[in-house]
Amino acid sequence: MAAELGSRAMFVAGGTDLFPKLKRRQFEIDTVIGLDFLPREIHNGSNECTVDAGVTLADASRDAHVNARFKGYADAAGLVSSPPLRNAGTIGGNLCVDTRCNYYDMTYEWRKAAGFCMKKDGDICLVAPSSPRCWAVSSSDTAPMAIALDVMSLRLRATPEMRSAYVKLRRRGSIDFPIAGAAVAAQLDGDIVTSCRIVLSAVASYPLQATAAEAFLKGKRLDGEAIDQAAELAARPAKPLDNADLTHFWRKRMVRVVVEQALHRISDQGAGFDG
Amino acid sequence: MKNELARDVERVVLFLDVNGERRDLLLPVHKTLLEVLREDMQLTGTKHGCELGECGTCTVLIDGRPELSCLLLPVQLQGRAITTIEGMAHGAELHPLQTAFAELGAAQCGYCTPGILLSARSLLESNAKPSRDEIREALAGNLCRCTGYTKIIEAIELAAGRMK
Ligand SMILES: Cc1cc2nc3c(=O)[nH]c(=O)nc-3n(C[C@H](O)[C@H](O)[C@H](O)COP(=O)(O)OP(=O)(O)OC[C@H]3O[C@@H](n4cnc5c(N)ncnc54)[C@H](O)[C@@H]3O)c2cc1C
Ligand code: SF4
Ligand code: FES
Ligand code: FES
Repeated sequence: MAAELGSRAMFVAGGTDLFPKLKRRQFEIDTVIGLDFLPREIHNGSNECTVDAGVTLADASRDAHVNARFKGYADAAGLVSSPPLRNAGTIGGNLCVDTRCNYYDMTYEWRKAAGFCMKKDGDICLVAPSSPRCWAVSSSDTAPMAIALDVMSLRLRATPEMRSAYVKLRRRGSIDFPIAGAAVAAQLDGDIVTSCRIVLSAVASYPLQATAAEAFLKGKRLDGEAIDQAAELAARPAKPLDNADLTHFWRKRMVRVVVEQALHRISDQGAGFDG
Repeated sequence: MKNELARDVERVVLFLDVNGERRDLLLPVHKTLLEVLREDMQLTGTKHGCELGECGTCTVLIDGRPELSCLLLPVQLQGRAITTIEGMAHGAELHPLQTAFAELGAAQCGYCTPGILLSARSLLESNAKPSRDEIREALAGNLCRCTGYTKIIEAIELAAGRMK
């Protein structure tokens, strides 16, 4: 059916991203194809865990095994939107959530009045008018965490030394999308970092990996000084634009803070295994 | 933008379980649950707010869990138990949460109240004695512009105490 209808159809899981966008005419399609038939189980193995794409964010965030071994992932799922939206919204839908921009997440009439932009119906970017590309923001909470955990096909794998943390910044404590976020997964030998991934949300049009900070931390003791320097390095490549909530200057400053908080959580946390 | 009126509207026959009763309906396939409850079933207790998932006033329970009726399609809900605010009282007997809200003045304009009562009911069904933080978390998808939330939280605590 999807092949036959092509771009006239879209898949829908929880509908919590797609339906508001259809109402705002951001997608104009004839058919939605429900994904209710997809499996929605969490398969817990001894040191890995597979989350089916149809699992709701609420179930992923409450699962005891995911919480014990992949704390950052459970927290990221539990920080998406609000409780009723997490009861419907899925892990698969969260990975595929559309990029966001204040000039795009508006009604058809508003966008028409402002002048359509290149994300849909127009040919310029209203945030960066001379830019040849769209800078709408990647705002998924779980995608950066999945990348930090090096997830393949939603299979989370833990080693005894692995820890993870996710810190999200938004105007209110619920409902709002992230305006900056840090997903960190690290392996520690005692308090020495043996490997580390830091991925930022909502500061680029894709989850942004802070590779310089990762390289800096490798082999270092995870103390206050190392955390400060790593956070500074991680914030450098983040270039938020004026197309999300609050000012982009402040959001840029806060990237350092969310990374610092996530690294402190890693340093305070026990290892990912509870036994 | 395509002309809405020129589109063929596909209709489907659906069986929905609403407040414990099976309802047979012939519906345009694109209608949201919020529209169907209010316009086709006259269950106007479910309120119409932002329509975009942001305010929570359209909250209903699906298999006992709060979800937003403005973002649900009835075609996805066959065989699921839908509870609206009309299903909360037993005949003339109010649910203890409804009584506590009335006694403590936890509703002012009342527009958020149906959604909040249903979110609270779902919470108390899984957690008979929630802490204040757990109550706040459970209501974190339901906005109220009048009360400042304090009376709402107190009413939920009062009802929880009485329901033990
Ligand atoms: C008020 C509000 C606040 C929100 N806040 C946040 C937030 O803070 N953080 C955040 O990350 N998101 C937020 N969201 C967006 C959304 O609720 C979540 O991203 C949710 O996880 C989307 O999942 P879904 O199942 O509802 O996706 P859907 O809306 O069903 O689908 C989203 C997209 O993914 C595709 N898709 C879905 N499942 C699959 C699959 N299995 N395979 C292939 N493609 C698939 C769909 O075709 C569609 O393009 C918010 C939404 C609202 C309305
Ligand atoms: S970043 Fe530019 S092109 Fe992209 S959605 Fe915003 S205004 Fe449109
Ligand atoms: S009307 Fe559904 S969330 Fe506002
Ligand atoms: S009582 Fe008016 S919005 Fe809550």
